[in-house]
Amino acid sequence: MEIEETNGHAAVPAASNGNAVVTAHDVTRRYGEGDAAVDALRGVDMSVDHGELMAVMGPSGSGKSTLMHILAALDRPTSGWVEIEHTRLGQLNDNEITRLRREHIGFIFQFFNLLPMLSAEENITLPLSIAGEKPDKEFFEDLLKRVGLQDRRSHRPSELSGGQQQRVAIARALVTRPTVVFADEPTGNLDTRTSNEILELLQQSVRDYQQTLVMVTHDPRAAAIADRALFLADGRIVKDLGCATEREVLEAMEELAR
Amino acid sequence: MLRVALRGLWGRKLRAVLTAIAIVLGVTMVSGTLALTNAIDSAFNQIFSDTYASTDAVVSGKTFNYQGDTSQAPSLPAGLLDKVRALPGTDVATGLVSDQSSAKIINRTGKAIDTGGAPSFGFGVDTSPQYQRFNPLKLLEGRWAKSSNEVVIDVHTADDQHFKLGDMVGVASLHPVKKFKLVGIARYGNVDSIGGATFAVFTIPTAQALFDRQNAYDGISAAARQGTSAQELVDQIKPITPSNAQVRTGAQEAKKQTDDVTSFTKFIRYLLLAFAGIALFVGAFVIFNTLSITVAQRTREFATLRTIGASRRQVLRSVIAEAVVVGALASFVGLFLGLGLARLVKWLFDQSGGGIPTQSLSLSWSIVFWAFVVGVGVTVLAALAPAFRATKVPPIAAVREGATLPPSCIAPFTTWIALGLTAIALALLSYAMFASSNSLGTGLRLLYMGVGVLLLFTGIALLSPRLVRPLASFTHYVAIGATWVFQLIFYPVTLAYWLLRYGVFSSGKRPARRVGALVAGFVMPPLGPALAVLVLLMWIRSKVTRWQPEWPMEFPNLRIDAEMTRVARENSRRNPGRTAATAAALMIGLALVTFVGTLASGMKASNRGAIEDQVKAEYIQTSTDGFTPFVAGAGDAIGKAPPVETASPVRYDLARVDGSAQYLSGVDPATISKVYHFDWKTGSDATLGQLGANGAVVDKKLADQKHLKVGDTFPIEVQGGKTTTAVVKGIYKAPPFFPILGAASVTVPAFDKLYVRPRNEYTFVNVKGGASDATQKQLDAAVTEFPDNQVQSRADWITAQDADFNSFLTFLYVLLALSVIVSLFGMVNTLALSVYERTRELGMLRAVGTTRRQARRMIRHEGVITALIGAALGMPLGLFLALLVTKALSQFDVRYSIPVRTLVVFLVIAVIAGLVAALLPARRAARLNVLEALQYE
Repeated sequence: MEIEETNGHAAVPAASNGNAVVTAHDVTRRYGEGDAAVDALRGVDMSVDHGELMAVMGPSGSGKSTLMHILAALDRPTSGWVEIEHTRLGQLNDNEITRLRREHIGFIFQFFNLLPMLSAEENITLPLSIAGEKPDKEFFEDLLKRVGLQDRRSHRPSELSGGQQQRVAIARALVTRPTVVFADEPTGNLDTRTSNEILELLQQSVRDYQQTLVMVTHDPRAAAIADRALFLADGRIVKDLGCATEREVLEAMEELAR
Repeated sequence: MLRVALRGLWGRKLRAVLTAIAIVLGVTMVSGTLALTNAIDSAFNQIFSDTYASTDAVVSGKTFNYQGDTSQAPSLPAGLLDKVRALPGTDVATGLVSDQSSAKIINRTGKAIDTGGAPSFGFGVDTSPQYQRFNPLKLLEGRWAKSSNEVVIDVHTADDQHFKLGDMVGVASLHPVKKFKLVGIARYGNVDSIGGATFAVFTIPTAQALFDRQNAYDGISAAARQGTSAQELVDQIKPITPSNAQVRTGAQEAKKQTDDVTSFTKFIRYLLLAFAGIALFVGAFVIFNTLSITVAQRTREFATLRTIGASRRQVLRSVIAEAVVVGALASFVGLFLGLGLARLVKWLFDQSGGGIPTQSLSLSWSIVFWAFVVGVGVTVLAALAPAFRATKVPPIAAVREGATLPPSCIAPFTTWIALGLTAIALALLSYAMFASSNSLGTGLRLLYMGVGVLLLFTGIALLSPRLVRPLASFTHYVAIGATWVFQLIFYPVTLAYWLLRYGVFSSGKRPARRVGALVAGFVMPPLGPALAVLVLLMWIRSKVTRWQPEWPMEFPNLRIDAEMTRVARENSRRNPGRTAATAAALMIGLALVTFVGTLASGMKASNRGAIEDQVKAEYIQTSTDGFTPFVAGAGDAIGKAPPVETASPVRYDLARVDGSAQYLSGVDPATISKVYHFDWKTGSDATLGQLGANGAVVDKKLADQKHLKVGDTFPIEVQGGKTTTAVVKGIYKAPPFFPILGAASVTVPAFDKLYVRPRNEYTFVNVKGGASDATQKQLDAAVTEFPDNQVQSRADWITAQDADFNSFLTFLYVLLALSVIVSLFGMVNTLALSVYERTRELGMLRAVGTTRRQARRMIRHEGVITALIGAALGMPLGLFLALLVTKALSQFDVRYSIPVRTLVVFLVIAVIAGLVAALLPARRAARLNVLEALQYE
C-alpha cells in the first residue's frame, strides 16, 4: 500500500518520443473476476528506444513478466495500448500478429525452448524457414561466429550445454534482425559463469547490430549491462535508472524490498 | 515447417510405428480382400469367356429363384437339338447333359466326397472332334469316355484320392453307386479346382441314364454358319425355344455365368470390407487418442513455434503432415501385407482342397489407390481434431511452466453433442430395423444401420469421459480380483524368473544361495529352462552393452497391493478423456463380438426350438451336407431297415405357388403326422388323410400372404413347365425361423407327378425301441448304397446344426479379433505415453520407497482398469444392439438368449488385453533410473 503512494507516472518520460520502437500507454492487466480478481498491472506508461537494451526488474509478482508478455503481444492488456513500430497491437488479428512476430519480434526464453529434433543451425534458421525466407549467408555466418557456435552447428540441443543452447536461442532471436528482442530471464536457468558469458554476448550483439532488447530479469548483473533499468512493484513502474551499476541496481532492489 | 514435422516424427519413431499399426491392419484387410476377390472375379471371367469363346448360341432351362436359392434348371427335349441343327444359320450344334449335384464320386473309404456345398457335377459330353469347340473341359490325361462303363473325372479329385487311369471309381447318381473305369482326367477350362467342386464325365447316353434325362439335354450349344452373326442365330433359335427355356449368345451366357459367380464374390468382398471398415474405425480412435496425447505433450513446442512466427495454419499443417506420413507408411505396409494375406488365404484354401481359381494375385493400381485413400484418409480424418487443438495453443504457453493445452472450444458442449449423436444413432437404427421393406431397400437399410452403429459408438465414446470416474471405481475391484488370479496362475513363472535372475545378477550374495536359486529356477515347471535361456541372454546383453537388467527386484509375493492399485485407479481417472478414448477403442470390438455372440446364441436357440417344436422323429436322414436334396431311392432304402417302424419321406423342390417362387414339399399323408407336429390353424391330423390327388396343406404365412382359406384353389407351376391346381385342405403354422416343410405341401404321389426327378430333403424315421448305437449302425448299413446321405438322431442333428452356426461364428470372431487387436495397440500407446509423461512422478514414487515390482503392478493395474471400462461399456452395448436386432427380426422368431459363458470368456479376454497392453509400458516404468527420472524435465 505504501508503494502505491509513489507516483510511477512521474518517474517515466512521456510515451512516444520520436525514436521509440515499443510504446506502452496506461496499460493495465487484470486476471480473474470479482473477489478473486488480481491486478497484475495498474497503469504502465513506457517506451523503448531503437538500439536500447532495457532491463525490467522487480520482485516476484510485481508484474514484470506480465508487462513483457503484453509488450510482446503474447497477452492483451485489459485497458491501455501497446505499439510496436507504430502498429497498435490491440487491433491485430491472429494472422497479423503472426506477421508482426515474423518481422518485428524475437524471443529468448529461460528454458531455451529449442526443438530437440533439429540441429543448432536448423534451430537458428527456423524463424526464417517458417516465414519462407532464405538466410542471408554472410550475416548468418557472422552471427554464428559471434555466438561462438561455428563448430557446433550440426549438433542437436541434447548434445549442447545449457550455455550453448542459450547461444543457439539468442542467434535464433537475432537471425531475422527483428525490431525488438524480448528475453525472459535469459540467465535464469544457467550457472554464474555461463550467465556472465551470455550477458556479455547479449550486450555485444545489441551494440554491434544496434538491436533493441527488452529483458525481464531477477539478476542484478543483467540489469547492470542495460542502458536503462525499469523497476516494477505491485503493477506499477516505481523506478527508472539509466546506465546503472550493479551496486545501484542492488540498492534499488533493496529499497523496493523494504 | 514441414521439415520440423517430419523431423519430429522421426524423433518419435517407435510411437509413429505404434500409431501406424492401428491403421496397417485395416489397410491389410482392404488390400487383401480386393486382391483376392479381384483375382477370383477375373479368373471366372476368363474361364467363362474361354468356355464360350467359340459358341454362338446357348439354350438352357429357366430356373426359379427363391430368396437366392435356385435349383437344377429343367431339361430340354432332345428333339430341340435336331430342330436347332436344321436351322439355316446353324453350322454345328450339340447337346450337353449337366447335373449340378447328383454325381457323387466315392472316395477310397467308400463315402461320397464332401464338396462342402460346392457342386458335384455330372456331365454327359459329346466328344466327337466336330463338337470339341463346345466342350468346356480340357483333357489332361487319357481319353474321353466311349462306353457306358467309363468315366473321366476332375484332376483335383484324382490327385486327392490318388486315382489312376484304369482304376475302378464309384459314382453315385440318381441311382445307387456304380463302378466305372477311369479312362481320363480333365479339368474345367484352365483351373484345377473350383472351390472344391468335383465332376464326372460320361458319354451322353450314360449320363442321360444316370441322371434320368431320357431324351433330354440340359444345354444346347450351337455355332453359326459363315455369314450368320451370333445374334442372328439366337434370333432364329428363339421361336423354337420352349417357354421354360431361354437362348443367349455365347458372350451373353459367359457374362451371365460370370455375374452369377461374381455376385457371390461381391457379397464376400463387402462382408470382408465391412470388417476392415470396423478395424479402421477402431484405428481412427487409436490415432485420435495417440495424437491428442502427443499434441498435449508438445504444447510448449507448438507455443515456441508460434512465438517465432509460425501461423496457426502452419501448426495445423505440421500435424496433418505427420498424419499423412504415418498414414502413407501404414498404407504402404498394409498394401503388401494384404497381398501376402491374400496369398496365404489362397494357399490355405488350396491345402484344404477347396481350391479357388484365381488369376495371379498381383497389385493393381486400383488396389494401390484404395489402400492409400483408406489409410491416409482415415489417419488424416482422425488427426483433424488433435491438429485443430494444436492450433489453439497460445504462444504464451512457451513462457509458462507446465503449460497445458487449453480446453477445446466445443468442450462445454461435448455432453450435448454426445447425447445428440446417440439419439440420432438410435433413431437411424430403429428406422433401419423397423421400417417396412416396401419403404426401405436393403442397400439403404444396411447403410443406415452401419452409419447408425458408427454414430452410436462415437456418441458413447464422447459420453464416456463422464462415465470413467464411476466405472473406474467399479472396475478397480474387478481388476484387483482378476489380476490376482492371473498372478496366481503365473506365479511359478514369476518365481522361476526371479530365482534365475537372483542367481545370475545378485553378485555379492552368498554363492551357495545363488547356485541354489539357479537350480530351483531351472527345474521350476513349466517354463524353467526357457526362462534360463532368456536370463542367460540378458546376462550376455548386460556384459556386452550398457543395458541394465530390471534388477534388483524384490521376491515375488502374492499380496494385493492396496496402495499401488489405488494410485493406479486415480491415474486412470485423472485424465478421463484419455482413458475414455482408449477404452472406447476396445469397447467397439467387445460390443461387436458380444452382439454377434448373443445374436448367434439366439439363433441357435430359435433353431433348436423350431426343430423341437416340429420334428417328432427319432432319426433324420439328410444329404451329407445337410441341405441339398437327395435321391428319393435313399429314402426308400432306409424304410427297409429292420428297426424302422415308420419312414416318412419329405420331397422338396422349388415351384411357383400361386404366382410366387416358394418351396413345395411332398409328404406321406399316412405317416407324416407321426414324425412331424403340425400346429393346426384350420384342420387336424385327420385332414392329411383327405389330401387326395390335388389337396394341399399350407403354411399360415403363405395363406396370409395369398389370402388363402380352406377350400380355395391355387395354381402350382414347376420348373419343367408342368402346372396343376391344388385345393387348400388345411392351414398350419410353422416356426418362421426354420420351417421344415415347404410353404405348401402335397402328397408324395402328387409331387412325383409334377417333377421329373423328385428328391427328398429329409426322411423322418421312427424306430422300434428308440435311438441307440445299435440302431444307428443298422440304419447306416441300410443306406450304404447311397453314400451321399446320412442318418442322425434328432439330438445329433441339432448338434450338427449348432456346429454349423459355430463355425460361421468363429469366422466372424476372427474378423472382429482384428479390431480388438487394433485397440490393444491403442492401449499400449496410451500407457506408454502416460509412463513417459509421468517419468518424474514415477521417479518420485520410487524415491520414496516404491519397489520396481510395485511400479510395474501399478501400470498393469491401470491397463486392466482401462480394458475393463472398455468391457463395461462395450458388452452392454453389444447386448443392447442384439436386443434391437432380435426385435427387428421378431417376424422370424429369433429369440433373445444371453450366452453367459461366452460373455465371461470375453471378459477374461478383456483382462488379458489389459495385461498384455501394459507389459512393455510397465517394464519401462519398472526399469526407470530413479535419479534420472527425478531430474527429467
